[in-house]
Amino acid sequence: MAAPVSRAGTNGEPHTPGAGGRSTAPPQPPVVEAVGVWKSFGRVEVLRGVNIAVGPGEIVALVGDNGAGKSTLLKILSGVESLDAGEIRVDGRAVEIRTAADAHAAGLETVYQDLALAPHLDVSANLFLGRETVLPGLLGRLGFLDNKEMRRAASDDLQVLGLRVREGLATSRVVDLSGGQQQAVAVARALTWGRRLLILDEPTAALGVRETAFVLDAVLKARDERGLSVLLVTHDLPSALRVADRVVVLRLGRESASFEARRVSVEQLVGTITGVFDGRSSAGAPEADEAVL
Amino acid sequence: MSKPASSVSQGTGVLGEPDAGERRDLSAPRLPRARAIGERVWDFASQGLIFGVLLALIAFFSILLPNQFPTAFNVRSMGISASVIALLAMGQTFVIIGGGIDLSVGAVLVFSGVVSAKVMAAIGPDAPLPMLIVAGGGVALLTGAAWGLLNGALVVRTRIPDLIVTLGTMGIALGLAQVLTNGVDVSVPLSLTNQLGNGNAIGGLPWLVVIALVTAVIMQVTLSATRFGRHTFAVGSNREAGRRVGVKVDAHRAKLYMISGTLAGFGGFLSLALYTNTTIAAHSTDNLVAIAAVIIGGTSLFGGMGSVFRSLAGVLVPVVLQNGFVIMGLRPFWQPVAIGIVLLLAVYVDGRRRAAG
Repeated sequence: MAAPVSRAGTNGEPHTPGAGGRSTAPPQPPVVEAVGVWKSFGRVEVLRGVNIAVGPGEIVALVGDNGAGKSTLLKILSGVESLDAGEIRVDGRAVEIRTAADAHAAGLETVYQDLALAPHLDVSANLFLGRETVLPGLLGRLGFLDNKEMRRAASDDLQVLGLRVREGLATSRVVDLSGGQQQAVAVARALTWGRRLLILDEPTAALGVRETAFVLDAVLKARDERGLSVLLVTHDLPSALRVADRVVVLRLGRESASFEARRVSVEQLVGTITGVFDGRSSAGAPEADEAVL
Repeated sequence: MSKPASSVSQGTGVLGEPDAGERRDLSAPRLPRARAIGERVWDFASQGLIFGVLLALIAFFSILLPNQFPTAFNVRSMGISASVIALLAMGQTFVIIGGGIDLSVGAVLVFSGVVSAKVMAAIGPDAPLPMLIVAGGGVALLTGAAWGLLNGALVVRTRIPDLIVTLGTMGIALGLAQVLTNGVDVSVPLSLTNQLGNGNAIGGLPWLVVIALVTAVIMQVTLSATRFGRHTFAVGSNREAGRRVGVKVDAHRAKLYMISGTLAGFGGFLSLALYTNTTIAAHSTDNLVAIAAVIIGGTSLFGGMGSVFRSLAGVLVPVVLQNGFVIMGLRPFWQPVAIGIVLLLAVYVDGRRRAAG
């Protein structure tokens, strides 16, 4: 931890989006893959052999009813929970993700639903929390922070997200920001540090229309400008269809269907989520009950 | 791991409960200007408040008692009597900013003092002073650090609340100090008292005051300029947030208790030098005095905010009050009344600051 932290990715450097673009299945070996993942809490089997893969430059929406295992899978990918059986592969190689640090090292960054920012710290301190830039030389080795550099970089990062940076935003305390602004900070942090996969947990829950649009825009930027793959865990089906290439439905601890996003409707998804009909069958299900939403 | 207990839910801006005020334009991430300025003024005023109070008290007593209060002798004795508590308050500041509390500091001070006094007695009262300082001081620091390690380990490894852990170790440390001495205070070599406890570093500036000030500067710089300090605020502000970005939250919290214990051990050694013996019975309220000083100094009891220098002012306010009261001939019983009122005011201000943002 003593060496100055070098940050992933250069600001604004355009990455070529993965060759995948918009296709049904990942054409290249997936960036991140969960293979046969099992997890139980006590006697409750939450995940029962889930398989899910995210290709390079692919945006995958993971949807499912409450209790389908979405957040458990997310926690396993971000190192908060460990799996009972199965494995996580990154670029085709099996990796052990036991802690948040392991997930970061593997290039996976998560934006949590409950934000996980430190409210008393300013925006710049939050963006760099756990990966602070230190001064060069002996002072840096003693752990002295380079706040100036962190503030400058923080302003750049916020700008990439399309936040018109007024002076002082990087030094505002997070507690003084609105909910949408806090979400923007959390997304900016993940975007800054993610090298392979950006995982978002219900990023648009409780956001207004404009703020939702902003977050979805940021997701596209993560792919188009940073070349990241994205796993979007959400209940918000219209939003999922707007940005995702592929929608994977999780049901009873297993992936029950995978749709190409532009070929599926909200109604079809709802039907699959609730189990009214099986996603693999091509027969439509007009009776799908939208009231579940 | 169950659901994270805390989130960005203090104050305004709870993402889960959007209200009209939060639907602001994202591309203009700023508070309404008037409110922002108002908050900054309030923030600045409340942060500087304790220094203002301290200066006002000093001015008040200096005008009221021009011949007794602002004299070199009186200022010197106030500084000396504040310095040992100041060390306790500095460690306590770190612990409280990190979201914890340490009730054991007074007892750890006594225990460390006892061990240190025994070691110095074993070396012999005629040993050269530097040797006494290195051996006695070193032992006191190590003993304090060990108690801090025990506190930290119990707080992060067991589910016992920090308040109870440190209440327990407080009793254990004090009891063991009495077991070791049979309740009879141990004296220390006179050279220690003459040259360190009552001695001056430069001119009329006492060693104890110099030591306390240098320690305060080191602690304040650590808190505000280093990664360790940044993580201390983060751990107190939102523990889960720290954990998720890879801050070693448990290890960090344990280190905060070790800092507090080490400074209590240091205080134990300086207390020996000042009072010539272990003064076992005289520190039963040191912990509360130190905690009150930290809170009076504006460090939030809920963690995430605070400053070492303000804690120092929080130590001095009661000392000045007591000194002034004694000179005025006011019965000393009024002093805790005044401190209690100041403490309540400080917590009230902290609450307002939190409500404001």
